[in-house]
Amino acid sequence: MKRRVVITGLGIYSCLGKNLTTVCNSLYNGTSGIIFDRTRKDMGFRSGLTANVEIPDLKGVLSRNQRVYIPEQGLYAYVATAEALEQARLTQDYIDTHEIGLLYGNDSSAEAVMNSIDIMREKKNTTLIGSGGIFKSMNSTVTMNLACIFKMKGINLTISGACASGSHAIGLGSLLIRWGLQDCIVCGGAQEVNPYSIGSFDGISAFSVREDDPTSASRPFDRDRDGLVPGGGAATVIIESYESAVQRGAPILAEICGYGFSSNGDHISVPNVDGPSRSLQMAIREAGIHLRDIGYVNAHATSTPVGDRNEAKAIANVFGDYRPEVTSTKSMTGHEMWMAGASEVIYSMLMMENDFVAPNINFENPDEDSAKLNIPAKRVDKHFDMFLSNSFGFGGTNSTLIIKNIIHKKS
Amino acid sequence: MNKQEIIEKINTALAEEFEIEIAAITPEAPIKETLDLDSLSLVDMVALVETVSGVEIKGTDVVSIKTFENLYNFIEERLLEQE
Repeated sequence: MKRRVVITGLGIYSCLGKNLTTVCNSLYNGTSGIIFDRTRKDMGFRSGLTANVEIPDLKGVLSRNQRVYIPEQGLYAYVATAEALEQARLTQDYIDTHEIGLLYGNDSSAEAVMNSIDIMREKKNTTLIGSGGIFKSMNSTVTMNLACIFKMKGINLTISGACASGSHAIGLGSLLIRWGLQDCIVCGGAQEVNPYSIGSFDGISAFSVREDDPTSASRPFDRDRDGLVPGGGAATVIIESYESAVQRGAPILAEICGYGFSSNGDHISVPNVDGPSRSLQMAIREAGIHLRDIGYVNAHATSTPVGDRNEAKAIANVFGDYRPEVTSTKSMTGHEMWMAGASEVIYSMLMMENDFVAPNINFENPDEDSAKLNIPAKRVDKHFDMFLSNSFGFGGTNSTLIIKNIIHKKS
Repeated sequence: MNKQEIIEKINTALAEEFEIEIAAITPEAPIKETLDLDSLSLVDMVALVETVSGVEIKGTDVVSIKTFENLYNFIEERLLEQE
């Protein structure tokens, strides 16, 4: 029997803030987290634009060994997960005595790999890499670290689906709960922000070069967009069966009612219209809802010329003459990549909880396709009870989540 | 580097890396217990000593180095051999 899947905890560490409250304020006020980083130019970057994310100092919070094994994005994920566990009222005692799962999106750990290889090349001595090199370098570094720190005993797996990783983690987790294989899973996505992780991305001219005005550089759907701005941090979304949440007396924040996915079967970097359309349609079909129930669409739109155009076409094709507000929070955060699918669920949840749609900042002039959508450049104060969130990635991987409000809130 | 310099350099580096009070490091103290080393952090201790002193500690050598005094003597001997 299919079970209902609800969200009971959220945690966020991003360029918009280091916790849910500050992030919500940034979204409400349309505050950008983008800066210009001179050191990137000195390293030969085409664009020195990046999200401003401070690495947390967890000395005194995590032991020396725990800190030796965890990379930058793992630190972000730890902070986000601690916040989410607290909101979900998942104590260590409960985690120790129940099968709590962990499914997190991550698709690189470049700086750790580079540091290990630098030592090998320079010193010709692998011992000098130290004990942390291997655990920091693996793609599954976030889940292997979090599972050991929080002593989780359920599924323990990293989802690597490029820029849809975080969304797929939540979607796949929801299927495991829906079919009764797990009761509670800590899902999310993490993204390293160091320059080494995205130098090769800069190299293919994917980034905006509007360096003279960093906060206006990420401009999804705007006619004059010229590329994305890299971002990062981590976002944790705790999902649970409805029965488990009620039994624990956990705060039930929302329900995941649809997960759609597809592959473009096309170009490695250029998205098409058909693949994303099928992902949207599958999510709507699985949710069993009417299109007009969706009050807000959080677009994947990264501020690249072709990507935004094709997503606008896909949304317009699927929604027809119904035009709910569509915004891309990447206008403020830049592209949070492996983390984005999870962080954008949290951004949308904060909007739904607080009755507003965050602005698609820097949207000044539509192009032919974005003109077909309802894209507010200013915040819209409105109540809505359901949203759809898109995430697409290199290789043509697509993920769509539909999440709805739920009445059962406990103070 | 004379023995006193070895002791000061090694103690300072180990106390900082393994986050213990430097006073806990005495010549007769057992290294593994004092630094709370497991099989992984033992690698970090070896790497740190190599970096600080320039003396390589091989796997077979580690077995015989039980106390800090053993460690200082090992480093001193290897440095004398290098001169």
